[in-house]
Amino acid sequence: MRIGLFATCLGDTLFPEAVKSTAVLLARLGHDVVFPPGQTCCGQMHVNTGYQREPVPLVRNFAEQFGDASIDAVVMPSGSCAGSVRHQHEIIAERYGDAALRAGVATVKAKTYELSELLVDVLDVSDVGAYFPHRVTYHPTCHSLRMLRVGDKPLRLLRAVDSIDLAELPEADACCGFGGTFAVKNAETSTAMLQDKMRNVTATGAAVCTAGDSSCLMHIGGGLSRITSGTRTLHLAQILSSTRTSPHVLTEAAR
Amino acid sequence: MSATFLGMPATPPRSPYGTGNLRGDRKFPAAAHDELRNEQLRGNLGRATRTIRAKRLTVTGELPDWEELRDAGSAIKTDTMNRLPELLEELERNVTARGGTVHWARDGVEANEIVARLIKETGSEEVIKVKSMATQEIGLNEHLESLGITAHETDLAELIVQLAHDKPSHILVPAIHRNRDEIRQIFLKEIPGVDPSLDNVPAHLAAAARVYLREKFMTTEVAVSGANFGIAETGTLSVVESEGNGRMCLTLPDTLITVMGIEKVLPRYQDLEVFLQLLPRSSTGERMNPYTSMWTGVTPGDGPQTFHLVLLDNGRTAALADRIGREALNCIRCSACLNVCPVYERTGGHAYGSTYPGPIGAVLTPQLAGMDAARDDPNSSLPYASSLCGACFDACPVKIDIPSLLVELRHQHTERSGTTAEKLAMKAAAGVMSRPKVYTAAQKASGLGRVLAGRDGKFSHLPPPFSGWSESRDTPAPPEQTFRAWLASAEGAATMRAAADEHTRGGQPTRDQQQEEDK
Repeated sequence: MRIGLFATCLGDTLFPEAVKSTAVLLARLGHDVVFPPGQTCCGQMHVNTGYQREPVPLVRNFAEQFGDASIDAVVMPSGSCAGSVRHQHEIIAERYGDAALRAGVATVKAKTYELSELLVDVLDVSDVGAYFPHRVTYHPTCHSLRMLRVGDKPLRLLRAVDSIDLAELPEADACCGFGGTFAVKNAETSTAMLQDKMRNVTATGAAVCTAGDSSCLMHIGGGLSRITSGTRTLHLAQILSSTRTSPHVLTEAAR
Repeated sequence: MSATFLGMPATPPRSPYGTGNLRGDRKFPAAAHDELRNEQLRGNLGRATRTIRAKRLTVTGELPDWEELRDAGSAIKTDTMNRLPELLEELERNVTARGGTVHWARDGVEANEIVARLIKETGSEEVIKVKSMATQEIGLNEHLESLGITAHETDLAELIVQLAHDKPSHILVPAIHRNRDEIRQIFLKEIPGVDPSLDNVPAHLAAAARVYLREKFMTTEVAVSGANFGIAETGTLSVVESEGNGRMCLTLPDTLITVMGIEKVLPRYQDLEVFLQLLPRSSTGERMNPYTSMWTGVTPGDGPQTFHLVLLDNGRTAALADRIGREALNCIRCSACLNVCPVYERTGGHAYGSTYPGPIGAVLTPQLAGMDAARDDPNSSLPYASSLCGACFDACPVKIDIPSLLVELRHQHTERSGTTAEKLAMKAAAGVMSRPKVYTAAQKASGLGRVLAGRDGKFSHLPPPFSGWSESRDTPAPPEQTFRAWLASAEGAATMRAAADEHTRGGQPTRDQQQEEDK
């Protein structure tokens, strides 16, 4: 399958390892990974902060970059960006776009998936041949959980990982408190939510807290780093791309 | 044709500035700052919301048709909003035909004046009240007090709030922020003649309130209520409650005055079937609420002999006129969204500054009262008081898409707020991100941030507006190479080739194959 990879602005710039892992994983599974070089950002930050006029060119650019009929599916290692493409681009195109943009958005929307959805629903694979001999806990990010309804797909993928020790996260479906600019505009409330999430994460004794969104992991990981916890964060793609021949080696977490 | 029909139709009025309880005096982050430090509040709220969340999941989970009920509730409310004027007129006709009197109030000021006039006409200087969000919204008690009329709240939690000269902090459990020790203190101080040896056992506290309230029920001739539902088809009004104190108010006095938001109308009597299932299960986690009272006009010789219905707009028509905003009027005030909201759970209701707190309050309050950009309105901060986690949407019995409505209100706010530093930054970011070459250059420049980071490759202090973020979170420095730079590099190309080759060779062994090999 020819799969268009959307790195997301955060992934491309700050967390390239999650995107590399996604690309390597899909190539290993025998797919043709294409990276449209003109891609930038889905505009989610704009829309969620209250700006719908400003990201119109971003929505257009996304539709143009991935609209090519030779691309069978578009994947991104982010539930919230996939949610933005699936639910927000249409709103913006309806409000500010022309017929061409509305058509372009509809085309791309229909073939856009978050990583676990692509693997389980489209590629029909739960065991990707990964090897990760560590205690791991999984945080289901809100947009994956409630906007995309990925359900237990990420957990099915994780359960199939060789040698993994999967620990259930207490109060897993509670928001970590990131919420994009919410963490800046309401930093103190966000911190109160983060504290409870960190307490639950560390209670599992996991070496790694994983999720399908680098943004939420940046939040949780940033907090864990500040309290010098022994738990670090890794994107789901990084665990799934770790194999016996090229395992992901855990570096010392901040202590 | 009157002059008002000339030219453009006037925008329906919002709740007037400076009246009622639909606007706090501080923005949400400032109010939350104080509330977050109240350990008692956070403890109470955490326990209470966790308990009620679990109860709600149990009783909604046991209904095989819960999702169909939610759909039905949503459909009935949407239909109601789509033909609200005709349904209200039908309600008025049927209430009048059965001996009631209907009054129309454009806003809280008018509603307060109408209710005060009706009470004065009875000659009474006291009223007993059924717990009512509508009268909280318009500040009726305060208005009556200014005219020398004493309003006694009879819902136990509402009574606690009133005696403490406090404000409710939850739609359904107004005193959720108080514990039993505080309640004991409030009763000892405020209830005349209370037993001074009163302890903090809930049953004893309830008994003390009962003695106090019974005297009010027996001696007060006028009652004021809200309404959970008003049935257009029959002119029937309904209140659902847990304690029965509301029923005492609705049956004992001579005069009953009901203040009902115009969105509370339902087309048919039969529609109650849906809402009497949805409401208690969503709000208190009960299969059925203990008391459901219904009354239709007046019945000679039984119950109040004079009945008035005040239909309150106070910004509802303005919300209805908004294609997107009208969805919020479907709310049946069950408070399920409050109980699942991680923001509400930490800050409590007072941080929202409105009678309607929590997720639905953050939507409803700015719709009813506006978010006046020119006045730097505290209400404009409410749509941002959410991480958009979506738990409220899942819990809502009538499927109001609260996160999407919040995003829409944010959009309305930025559209009206002129040029701000944030808007310029958002425009600049979009400008850069819509030009891939400029974007790539900007990414490279961000890599320079590495030199500013600490030796551990992290930022622990960031400048405003990010200083709040960096108070409790480290931020990694941008890596040496972006993903696109890596992919374009020789290393990236080689890695991708090797991965593809692995597939050609048969790929990574799956767990089963590995176990087979290991044998």
